[in-house]
Amino acid sequence: MWSEAEQRELEEILKKYPTKRSALLPALYLAQREKNWLDDEDMEAVAEALDVPITDVHAVVGFYTLFRREPTGKHMIHVCTDLPCALRGAEEFYLRLTERLGLPPEGGTTEDGLFTLEAVPCLAACDKAPMCQIDLQYYENLTDETIDTVLAQLRAEAQQETKA
Amino acid sequence: MANDYLKEHILLRHKDNPNIGDIDEYLSDGGYEGLKKALEEMQPAEVIEAVKASGLRGRGGAGFPTGVKWSFIPKGAKDVYIVVNADESEPGTFKDRELMEYNPHLVIEGAAIAAYAVGARTIYIYGRGEFKGPFVTLQKAVDQAYERGMLGKNIMGSDYSLDLHLHLGAGAYICGEETALLNSLEGYRGYPRSRPPFPAVEGLYAKPTVINNVETMANVPGIIRHGVEWYRQFGTEKSAGTKVFSLSGHVNRPGNYELPLGVPIRYLIEELGGGVPNGKRVKAVLPAGESSLMVPEDKLDTPMDYESMGAIGSMLGSASFIVMDETVDIVWAAEKMIHFFKHESCGKCSPCREGTYWLSNVYHRIRSGEGTMEDIELLPKIIEQMSGNTFCPLGEFATSPVKASLLHFRHEYEQYIKK
Ligand SMILES: Cc1cc2nc3c(=O)[nH]c(=O)nc-3n(C[C@H](O)[C@H](O)[C@H](O)COP(=O)(O)O)c2cc1C
Ligand code: SF4
Ligand code: FES
Repeated sequence: MWSEAEQRELEEILKKYPTKRSALLPALYLAQREKNWLDDEDMEAVAEALDVPITDVHAVVGFYTLFRREPTGKHMIHVCTDLPCALRGAEEFYLRLTERLGLPPEGGTTEDGLFTLEAVPCLAACDKAPMCQIDLQYYENLTDETIDTVLAQLRAEAQQETKA
Repeated sequence: MANDYLKEHILLRHKDNPNIGDIDEYLSDGGYEGLKKALEEMQPAEVIEAVKASGLRGRGGAGFPTGVKWSFIPKGAKDVYIVVNADESEPGTFKDRELMEYNPHLVIEGAAIAAYAVGARTIYIYGRGEFKGPFVTLQKAVDQAYERGMLGKNIMGSDYSLDLHLHLGAGAYICGEETALLNSLEGYRGYPRSRPPFPAVEGLYAKPTVINNVETMANVPGIIRHGVEWYRQFGTEKSAGTKVFSLSGHVNRPGNYELPLGVPIRYLIEELGGGVPNGKRVKAVLPAGESSLMVPEDKLDTPMDYESMGAIGSMLGSASFIVMDETVDIVWAAEKMIHFFKHESCGKCSPCREGTYWLSNVYHRIRSGEGTMEDIELLPKIIEQMSGNTFCPLGEFATSPVKASLLHFRHEYEQYIKK
């Protein structure tokens, strides 16, 4: 399951810790990188590479919100709607975005499979609300227009990729 | 002038010197002189004594004296670890991220001095998974520090060697709690551990470990470089030094502001934050994020230090001031906060897991117009069963929004029932 490059990356990661198990979260990120979620095979590969029981890998994956067990859109959009951001209009910003993406208020994946939208708790950017992370990169002081521009760009990129 | 109370920024130095993130600029500003002085002129025990005498208290929330914490590491212990807590997930808190992104060498230098003081050979900086981007910037600074010999073998020409690694969590507020963090770093679920043993005795990999917040570490270089007297000119007797205040919510200029401890809340909100938009009044302030007890508007002249904030029935904690203006529906705000704690309860103990679940149900009933007076009576009963019975402080934090909002704004709950 690991490519040669990933194998090398994993070896570099392992050097940082006195136990293999400490590399569990970094290894799971590596396994999740390509398709955005973890299937049974990915988790088995991690368990094997680190000598961690597979049940433990399952337990850890289930504990942390940034690991996903189901297919998602190509890009993950996390909009913060926690209290400090909500005081600056983040809930309305989020709801308008769900509408423009044709999603229900609880978010989800767009029909074209490009975006998965989620409302999340504080992301340590409360002074720059409304804000979001797309694939864990920060986008701050957003308006409907600026977020639409970013999403349009990602759509265009995806189209380029399918053509190529 | 940084502001009326501070001539130049110390922690948020990048506000005066935007290129300080680069090692050359940091060095020409006197950076790494603290580390050099510690290595060349001071015994480890002297470094600990200086930090004790400085009065520096932990900036992660609890305010524990940093030098005292370091002195708990058994003398001559092998395999000591330094862990820097960069989990920063308390809603309203965004100071550690700014420090790491804009003044990263200050954090690295502080952690290196701490490591020398307690005889550690390895530092881990544990950041929340969402700090993937900021950690790219931080890693660049770490690489620079290795290149220039501030990290690695025989640092700064001494016989002391030190490594520093970055580690990302994966989304879980509880991992900011220090023992949950250690479990997470070891590759386990982020469940808090029972204490004793304390981390200073059995921490990371069961070895003696010091865990400090990012901002705590950022205070250390100045103390060593300029001395205890210099440090103590800032702040009060029991709350020494400067602090970064994260200001958010209903203010014209939200952001991070550095002030000596002991400045009134009003100055932060009105002068630095530019007051409440549209000339509105403040209704209440959460002084340390959602975990803290909100204080009403009549407390705005309180000095922002550990003792004074405690005296008005709240806390300074991480100093994350969330301002709510007079239009805010306090029951709505409390429900949002309960939703946060329910989401973040790790589920290990039932008073917290069940308590946050029930609180959330009651809030939902009240807010959807189906609540009764008995529901309002139920809230204090639920938090009473949680208080003192939870395995870690998160369960206690979860009671704060309920307790404080009922104390100061009970009439707003009653209005929901009458509607
Ligand atoms: C639920 C919970 C969350 C916490 N989150 C953080 C955090 O994000 N960052 C932090 O530095 N300390 C956090 N703390 C406090 C740490 O447990 C610990 O006291 C702190 O890292 C010690 O560093 P200091 O002495 O430098 O403040 C949290 C505590 C609890 C109970
Ligand atoms: S109090 Fe809450 S967060 Fe802490 S151990 Fe219990 S369930 Fe987990
Ligand atoms: S509340 Fe949204 S980033 Fe903090």
